[in-house]
Amino acid sequence: MGKNDIFFNDVEVGYKIKDLIKSPINETQLVMYAGASGDFNPIHTVHAFGKKAGFGGVIGHGMLTMGFVGQFITNWVGVKSLKKLAVQFKAITKPKDVITVSGEVTKKYSFEEENRVDCEIIAKNQNNEIVIAGSATVALP
Amino acid sequence: MIDKRVIGKKYKVSSFEIENGKIRELARAIGDNNPVFYNKDAAAKDGYAGLALPPTFATVFALAGGLMTVVKDLKIDMAKLLHGGQEYQYFAEIKPGDSVSGETEITGVIEKSGKGGIMDLVIMETTYYNQDNKKVLCDKCTLVVKR
Repeated sequence: MGKNDIFFNDVEVGYKIKDLIKSPINETQLVMYAGASGDFNPIHTVHAFGKKAGFGGVIGHGMLTMGFVGQFITNWVGVKSLKKLAVQFKAITKPKDVITVSGEVTKKYSFEEENRVDCEIIAKNQNNEIVIAGSATVALP
Repeated sequence: MIDKRVIGKKYKVSSFEIENGKIRELARAIGDNNPVFYNKDAAAKDGYAGLALPPTFATVFALAGGLMTVVKDLKIDMAKLLHGGQEYQYFAEIKPGDSVSGETEITGVIEKSGKGGIMDLVIMETTYYNQDNKKVLCDKCTLVVKR
């Protein structure tokens, strides 16, 4: 998947990376993510705590959504090519949210004898609200 | 509020060993079915020394290593804590069997007003090294603490 089949000469500024549309976030997934990551903040798994915090129930881990962004970029170029991944969390996620990740190439350049490409990445929910604004730098053959 | 005098404070991050089971568990929780995270042969075919790590795997080191120590030390209320931003820079491959460790430094405390009122942003930076003392990853994490 992805890996070495994308070349520097194949992409131009404005190149659109294939969207990633995730299955709806669900509560079981939040429990799985808590266990896998070690983030046991009860805001993600205990409804009463999420209510008390003013969210009306549990909210998704920001890092889960960043995980979707990681999936989006590694589907495209693989893991090894990735040099930098940065996100800002713009909105919370909740169970049943459907997250779509999209992005495009914003810059091509050479750095320390590598061909590098910068990308802008956006993750939105089903209401078209931005949940993550991010960027990635990848090295391409 | 967070006292600005914590800027420059350092915390040792305990050593964390990368295991196949943890890699698969994280990829499964994300819902990422890329075989390089599950199957050694698939990973080898793509040139990895063992299973590849999802790009956000470093969150596992951070949480196992000492992020909660910082949260407790700064007396942050979990109900008022949000993750504001996260940045990773990747310098070298991390593979199963490796042990990573490092040191976290608080590099900024910034007061900011947002839609939820006044908040403190706490910026923490951690550089991780593997067992051969090779720099593998930099982690810059921004926590948002509502007042």
